Amino acid sequence: MDIVVCIKQVPDTEELPHIRVNPETNTLVRESVKGIINPFDENAIEEALRLREAKGGRVTVVSMGPPQAKEALRKALAMGADQAILISDSSFAGSDTLATSYTLAMGIRKIGKFDLLLLGKQAIDGDTAQVGPGLAEWLSIPQITYARKIEVNGNQIRAERTLEDAFEMVEVTLPCLATVTKEINIPRYPSLKGLLSAKRKEVLVWGADDLSLDRKRIGLEGSPTQVIKIFTPQPPPKGEILTGEIPEVADRLIEKLRERKIL
Amino acid sequence: MAEIRVDLEKCNGCGECISSCSFSALEMKDGKVRILATCTFCGACVDACSEEAIVLEKEEKKVDVSSYRGVWVFAEQRQGQIMPVTYELLGEGRKLADHLREELSLVLLGWKIEKKARGLTGYRIDKLYLVEDPLLEYYYTSFYTQTLVDLVKSENPEIILLGATSLGRDLAPRVAARLKTGLTADCTGLEIEPEERNLLQTRPALGGNIMATIISPHHRPQIATVRPKVMKRAKPDGKGQLRVIKIKPNLTSEDEMVRILDLIREEKDVVDLQEAEIIVSGGRGLGKPENFSIIRRLAHLLGGAVGASRAVVDAGWIPSYHQVGQTGKSVQPKLYVACGISGAIQHQAGMRSSEIIVAINKDPNAPIFDIATYGIVADLHRFLPLLIDKLEKREKALL
Repeated sequence: MDIVVCIKQVPDTEELPHIRVNPETNTLVRESVKGIINPFDENAIEEALRLREAKGGRVTVVSMGPPQAKEALRKALAMGADQAILISDSSFAGSDTLATSYTLAMGIRKIGKFDLLLLGKQAIDGDTAQVGPGLAEWLSIPQITYARKIEVNGNQIRAERTLEDAFEMVEVTLPCLATVTKEINIPRYPSLKGLLSAKRKEVLVWGADDLSLDRKRIGLEGSPTQVIKIFTPQPPPKGEILTGEIPEVADRLIEKLRERKIL
Repeated sequence: MAEIRVDLEKCNGCGECISSCSFSALEMKDGKVRILATCTFCGACVDACSEEAIVLEKEEKKVDVSSYRGVWVFAEQRQGQIMPVTYELLGEGRKLADHLREELSLVLLGWKIEKKARGLTGYRIDKLYLVEDPLLEYYYTSFYTQTLVDLVKSENPEIILLGATSLGRDLAPRVAARLKTGLTADCTGLEIEPEERNLLQTRPALGGNIMATIISPHHRPQIATVRPKVMKRAKPDGKGQLRVIKIKPNLTSEDEMVRILDLIREEKDVVDLQEAEIIVSGGRGLGKPENFSIIRRLAHLLGGAVGASRAVVDAGWIPSYHQVGQTGKSVQPKLYVACGISGAIQHQAGMRSSEIIVAINKDPNAPIFDIATYGIVADLHRFLPLLIDKLEKREKALL
């Protein structure tokens, strides 16, 4: 079973509070922010490795991003992926989710035949959850979003999709794309052996010239959406610390909640 | 419609294209390749052919932005019930349509739902597109995508709003990619820019640390998914008539590769968390798993649901569906009570838009106090029993 996992390098969440908007240029100040693999994508890698352990085959991990995203791919190799590919080119800069899913789709086509395409349910920086379904559309394959369980039976998979108040059991014939939630598994840490063998493996880098691309569909030109403004949200109105003896504080809290019509 | 053909003069019968096809839509016949009916026009073979013998012509029109008119709301229905987010979208859609001086249309897909549709009379909807087909009874990505795309192509709306729900976020990116137009996820603010009639779509990113405003200036329709429970619900004025336009979709059952086998309801407390008006959450400050009982008691007393921080979920104190935060659930209740939760940024990302936040923590420097409406620096093991006792007494007195 050949599985391709798409991952994204995102800023470490611990550092999010330090990311600020430069009010003059309207851009993000995010230099020196450490990158990590998007947490949901780690679940996707883990699921791919488990399916390979059960069914055999290959796991290829792909990321589209700047050269630093190689680090994320190296970690995926250390976790046990067979192959890692970075899709990177200055002409991809400014891609929105449509251009990103197009570019990734062209990269996946170059990889060739696959049975299953896995992604995290969304990236924690943009939180759009749009690249997965977009990718499935460009590749004309079915999609299962928000999967919390995946089982392979021959050329079919059975999955549980998480809905708001229920989950859905679905079945689909391969090839297909699935996005996974964190309930699906607990990602492994790279083993020492994994770290050593990852050192010997190379991360392939494909640029725009390596892919059969329609140049009108990539980067800024291929992106219908434009960010025209970014700003720091209004901080919540300054709160109040209720001080005093505990019984008194409890009474004051009840009074406040009564005033706000909660009680 | 796209067209694909093989230039037989150029084809050298190498078979490269056959191995590139995920759909077994190519075969070799008399040393030349042939394209079968299962072709999806994905174009993989075009890229694989070194002889440029396969020609794919995709129809593409230049977008004339001004030829797209009107605002559409996609009505989300499950098991024949119109979901609450639809009424929020109607409120917002009406506002945008009034700004643009255009019509507001509701698009409802399903099967045997005409009665439900009639119940929408009086919501100031100018037009209802009612698309009924047995294949639309349940949500299937491909059928819904195909139906909505066909309808958009024939009617050319300038704006489409969908709920940012599990359904809306599955459907919208598929529709937008097929139409090759702009889509903005999980919007919390929508306005019209008067000169260009662009939709200004504002949404949080990076865990709510920044807000971004996004436009799609050269593409129509402009599609947005809208975060539930943010926009005001439309109120019916009871007047007017509903102009219903019935559409017969062009669907065949073979188009769907996914089969729904079963639908299983979650346990009640899972539902409660996202719909709850009041949430009481516990974190590591509880000390041990048994102490969640006090959180449950307070939640029960306030008529709320139980939440948890990632730390206690990872420690196995409580199942993961209680987790609030960046990798858990995003909630915005009227009241959020954080007990023994330090309030790491990941936790804040899932609850900071709650209306009132009460934080109880021993550590006066805990980050949760930065966003708390009311902060209480105290040992929760002393404070909570006392609060519960006072609330119980109060309740009895009121009875």
